[in-house]
Amino acid sequence: MKLLVTFSRRGGRDPGREPIIARVVKETGVLINVEKAYIESMAGEVLIDVPDADAELVRQRMEEMGVAVRVLEDAISRDETECIDCGACISVCPQDVFSFDDEWRIQLQQGRCVLCGKCVRACPHQALSLQQ
Amino acid sequence: MEKSLELINTRIRDGNARVVTAEEMPAIVDELGDEGALEEVDVVTTGTFGAMCSSGAFFNFGHADPPIRMEQVWLNDVEAYAGIAAVDAYLGATQQSTTQGERYGGGHVLEDLVAGTMVELRAISRGTDCYPRRTITTELLLEDMNQAIMVNPRNAYQRYNAATNSTERTLYTYMGTLLPRCGNVSYSGAGALSPLSNDPQFRVIGSGVPIFLGGAQGMVIGEGTQHSAGSGFGTLMVTGDMKQMRQEFLRAATMTGYGVTLYVGVGVPIPVLDLDLVRSTAVRDEDITTEIIDYGVPSRDRPSLRTVSYAELKSGRIELVGEEVRTSSLSSYRKAREVAQELKTWIEEGRMELALPTRRIDPTRRARPMRETTRAPRVREIMDLDVVSVTEDEEIRTAARKLLKGETNHLPVLDRNGVLVGIVTTYDVSKAVVTDGRLRRVRDIMTRQVIKTYPEEPVDIAARKLEKNNISALPVVDATNRVVGILSAIDLGKLFGGRWQR
Repeated sequence: MKLLVTFSRRGGRDPGREPIIARVVKETGVLINVEKAYIESMAGEVLIDVPDADAELVRQRMEEMGVAVRVLEDAISRDETECIDCGACISVCPQDVFSFDDEWRIQLQQGRCVLCGKCVRACPHQALSLQQ
Repeated sequence: MEKSLELINTRIRDGNARVVTAEEMPAIVDELGDEGALEEVDVVTTGTFGAMCSSGAFFNFGHADPPIRMEQVWLNDVEAYAGIAAVDAYLGATQQSTTQGERYGGGHVLEDLVAGTMVELRAISRGTDCYPRRTITTELLLEDMNQAIMVNPRNAYQRYNAATNSTERTLYTYMGTLLPRCGNVSYSGAGALSPLSNDPQFRVIGSGVPIFLGGAQGMVIGEGTQHSAGSGFGTLMVTGDMKQMRQEFLRAATMTGYGVTLYVGVGVPIPVLDLDLVRSTAVRDEDITTEIIDYGVPSRDRPSLRTVSYAELKSGRIELVGEEVRTSSLSSYRKAREVAQELKTWIEEGRMELALPTRRIDPTRRARPMRETTRAPRVREIMDLDVVSVTEDEEIRTAARKLLKGETNHLPVLDRNGVLVGIVTTYDVSKAVVTDGRLRRVRDIMTRQVIKTYPEEPVDIAARKLEKNNISALPVVDATNRVVGILSAIDLGKLFGGRWQR
């Protein structure tokens, strides 16, 4: 399951400088895969992948450490009235999210998405957008 | 055995013509043999649905009161060509909006009209005795126009080159997003379902032949622009009444970084008159090949990296320079099937009869490149020959002195043999002084990945390198990587004025 971890660096505390992920891994023993990290001066965002069964535990511990955690479902949204099933998204995606079914319709495997946004730019029909 | 068109049309009228799609045909021929298939099948329908930039429509808006002879016309801020009679205009699919850039253009206006959306018409004129009015702004629906006749100069490419990119940077092209280092392959076309692949000799596809165009019954005008059937890249010029078209078969698109285009559904019914047509309509994806072209090479004659069949392209993965690479289609195979299927229904229900060409299209013609009477300027002609350089062993202080004395911001760095190994800029030297006093040699601070140009490279290509990499100078090197000059942004100014000015 994908969790989107976000934190603010405003005010006195700065979770961006704390080894939160390492601490949670050590404490809980859950294996966390960091798929994307984006740290700016005032805020930060880390996308992690954890086993479904451990997601609640990880979320709870991280929130106790002062970061916000949100379960990421349907990371990509596809406007089905705009999509014409061309397939331009298929080869630009580093995670193999998109594929054709037997009827040459686009299928999404949302769980693989790491929110890189390449497909959004590549779609000729502007049918794709990232969930915010 | 042969079959006459009259017989086929009689069967269509009687509602008992046997119509199949080009996708179904190979299996029928396998089962019944050529003779059997000729007896069995009357019509093979084809279809394609892809980006067809060379598309557009003629409009007649009707006369206003007082009347205007429109000299410049915009539809939703997209300019249409008005160099024709008073209230006629031609709107091209790729024309971009003056206010929204590549997000909206001619293709979008055409789609909006077909979808029943109101469009703003704006026009200006100098005013004449017969047409005194100088400006007009009004809102129009498709049904308000006297005519909206789609005329697409180049549609339904027989096949199209597939695209990849060998450079280090992502390219945004009309063939879509091309990842660096040949990270993907993009292709277009419906393969064996494509109209012209089913009649490559243009025996029954020619002027006057009825077709499916954007959901309406249209017609082939004749050969398309850049028609090059002799090299396997035939095209069609087609027309149809936009008022009969449907949004599902006419969809605007924006190729990011390239611009606006229009996806058009085109299908041609092929009467199966004889054995040659049985064989040509039994074509399979395996039989249709194209080249994978390296769009990283910025010239007209881009190299091919390999030949590939549509069967391989459609499989989703192909091998390219020793790696397995994923493929993406820009055209929609699902929609191409819909086109062929709908065309099949029309004929089965007797709503469309077939016709033979009133004028044939030349199957041997080849498109030629442009005759250029002036050569595009080359780097050699404007580069600065007076190059100040350093060697990688020299001290940073020396580099600083040379930068000051040479009144330049860029020093190519050479090894002992005079070969280019890096570049240092005023910025690199300043940074070294401010941040770390321990760095002493040029090699410690130089940039090793040098972006460079060549004497024979067109200036436009070099200028794009400057722009894309956000830099202001390029060392000019020969084939052995020795520096023969330097091209700075300032040198580009030489193009204005003097002999390049036109």
